[in-house]
Amino acid sequence: MRFRNHRIVGDILELAARYRDEGADELVFYDISASPEGRSVDRAWIWRVARTLDIPFCVAGGIRSVSEADEVLAAGAEKISINSPALEDPDLINALSERFGAQCVVVGIDSETVGGEYRVQQYTGDSLRIRDSGRNTLDWADEVQRRGAGEIVLNCMASDGVRQGYDIAQLSALRKRCHVPLVASGGAGSAAHIAEVFRTANVDAALAASVFHSGELTIANLRRELRLLGIEVRP
Amino acid sequence: MSATEVVIIANVGANIASLRFALERLGANSLVSADAEHIRNATHVILPGVGAAADAMRRLRQMNLHTLIPSLLQPVLGICLGMQLLYEASEEGNTACLGIIPGRADRFEAAVGRPVPHMGWNTLKIERPGEFLEGLAQNDYAYFVHSYALKLGDATVASSDYGRPFSACVQWRNFYGVQFHPERSAKVGSRLLQNFLGL
Repeated sequence: MRFRNHRIVGDILELAARYRDEGADELVFYDISASPEGRSVDRAWIWRVARTLDIPFCVAGGIRSVSEADEVLAAGAEKISINSPALEDPDLINALSERFGAQCVVVGIDSETVGGEYRVQQYTGDSLRIRDSGRNTLDWADEVQRRGAGEIVLNCMASDGVRQGYDIAQLSALRKRCHVPLVASGGAGSAAHIAEVFRTANVDAALAASVFHSGELTIANLRRELRLLGIEVRP
Repeated sequence: MSATEVVIIANVGANIASLRFALERLGANSLVSADAEHIRNATHVILPGVGAAADAMRRLRQMNLHTLIPSLLQPVLGICLGMQLLYEASEEGNTACLGIIPGRADRFEAAVGRPVPHMGWNTLKIERPGEFLEGLAQNDYAYFVHSYALKLGDATVASSDYGRPFSACVQWRNFYGVQFHPERSAKVGSRLLQNFLGL
């Protein structure tokens, strides 16, 4: 849903400052139409974000080379996240990991259940170009780890934007194969959903977007609720 | 803070944009330099570092800073790899470091559910309070990214734990070190940088 009808979420600096003040642990900036349009993410805002934020942030969007990644990291991003470019050229993962270290290299995977199998989807930022990448999600996760990914974000597309909870089954299946930090994405609608994905799928982090952008859940309230549910959070 | 002249040592292989922004938020301008004169005249010197110990030491030697840094008398702050470089050696590539603080950085052992590098927010345990740690509380969180760490020792003023306890903040004469990234550690990191600038 999110991918086919992008919401304009207002000035990113203002949002970044709001989430920082509310106590987000890390922010991820996606330029999801960058890859299908064959361009990389516009860099000017990264400097401004780095100036504003005192927490780590990750930049995703059409990073296709070591030099583009270098620019993003030099501007102050803590990590870079690649998705479609990694599918186009898996060696890019090795090159980035060797140059910057695995800890900076996040691989994002957009996955959908097709005929009972988890399949990796590509160019998900564009409803006209979106396609099955021809890869099985769990096999791709093995490969990206072998190639030097330091973190995996699994975005379960069927859950994404609908706020009915994370895809626990798929995340749990990936958890068994994932030895690097695993971030759950897609489906957060409440603090209970986030508590559930930590407890049941044993992920290292949970990513949420629309539920915060819409104002339905504030990060401050989320932290309070998670604490009440017995999940350890940064005060 | 107008009398503060912070020099960040250049070319140690680190991305220093976020560190400069963090200092800027505290009202402190910083100069990025590898020039011996600049470094000697600074009121505060910061040795950043991301990457491999051997590479960073090679760069410091090329710039002739491996002898200058240990001779400095003003407050010096090593961040992340920069803190490890203050010690005698690192297991990473069996590298001889600056030799200011006794000890050697060792690699974390990965385990199920405990990948290396250690990356993310972790709690601090204050071992020895003082000016450097003013305003920090037990179990405050800081943001770490590292594969090697120092055991607790005489220099340790705060520790953290990742499968084993390790030094999170150290102090040795006028040399200070933080294993975490203060520029990415929200209020805790900002306070620590502020404390350092106040020394």
